Amino acid sequence: MLITCPYCGPRDVIEFTYQGDGNRDRPDPASQNFEAWNAYVYDRLNPAGDHNEIWQHSGGCRAHLRVVRNTLTHEILSVAFMRGTHTSTARRKAEDKS
Amino acid sequence: MVERQSPLEPEFHVGSHGNFEHGVEIILTETGPGSIMQLAAWPGEEKKLIAAIRTVTGLALPDGAGGGLSDGVKSVFGFAPGKFTVADEAEGLADAFAKVVTPAIGTVTDLSHGRTAIRIAGPKAEWVLAKFFAIDFALPAFPVGAGRSTTHHDVFAQIQRTGSDQFDIYVFRSFARSFWKALCHASEEVGYEVQ
Repeated sequence: MLITCPYCGPRDVIEFTYQGDGNRDRPDPASQNFEAWNAYVYDRLNPAGDHNEIWQHSGGCRAHLRVVRNTLTHEILSVAFMRGTHTSTARRKAEDKS
Repeated sequence: MVERQSPLEPEFHVGSHGNFEHGVEIILTETGPGSIMQLAAWPGEEKKLIAAIRTVTGLALPDGAGGGLSDGVKSVFGFAPGKFTVADEAEGLADAFAKVVTPAIGTVTDLSHGRTAIRIAGPKAEWVLAKFFAIDFALPAFPVGAGRSTTHHDVFAQIQRTGSDQFDIYVFRSFARSFWKALCHASEEVGYEVQ
C-alpha cells in the first residue's frame, strides 16, 4: 500500500503510523458531557468503503495527514495535511478573547 | 570545544574492501561536519526562516518540498514542511542562527553531536541506496541538492544528494555504527573504498 505524502511523495505504508479514525470530534477537555466523551472514545462508523483516517508520516516528514482510504480495496482516495483543517481548543479560546 | 569522537571508529577501516578486483564502485566516508542544525518555522513564518538561512549561510533555498543545495562547505535542505537541516564544516552555526532566528520565527536545535553524516559516492551509489530505502534515487526524481527523509529498518535517515552520484546521509549517532556496517556489507558486491 502506498500513501502519497503531500510533502514527500509516494511512500510505502511502513513509513506511516495510523493515528485513528478521522471522524472523531473531541469534546472540549473541560467538557462534562459524558455522552460526547463516550462517542469520542468508543463510537466508530466502521464502514465497508471510504473511511476518513488520520495518519502520521512518522518515518518521513512526521506530518499528520488526513487520509481517505477505502477499507475494501485499500485504495487511497485523498491525502492532505492535518494542519489548517481543524481548529484546536487552544486556538478557539484565543479567538474568543480577541 | 569538546573534541568529538567518531562513533564509526571501531568499524572504520580505510582501504578497499569487498569485490574490488574489477575496480571500486563505491566510496564511503564520514563527512564529520562541525555543525548540524535543525531549524523549524512556525506556521506562516517559513519565508522569514528561509531568509535567515540565507543570511547565515549565503545559501538561497529553492522553492518546493525537499529542495536544497550545497556549496561543498555548507549544505541545507528541507526535510519536512517548514523544517530544514543545515550543516557546516565549521563549528558555531548554532550561535549564528540563535542571533537571527528569533523566537517569533521558529526554533533552532543543535544536532551537531546527535547526528553522524556518512557520504556514499560512486557510480553504484544509487544502486546501493536503492537496496536500503524505498524511494526513487534517479536524478530526475531526486535532483542534486534535494533532501529526503525516510527510514531504514526504523532508523530514521535524512538524505541529501550532493552530486550526481554522491549522497550525504544523516543518521542518529547512536545508530550510526550499525548503519555504517550495513552500508559496508551492501557495498561489498560492487567493491568499495573507505576514505
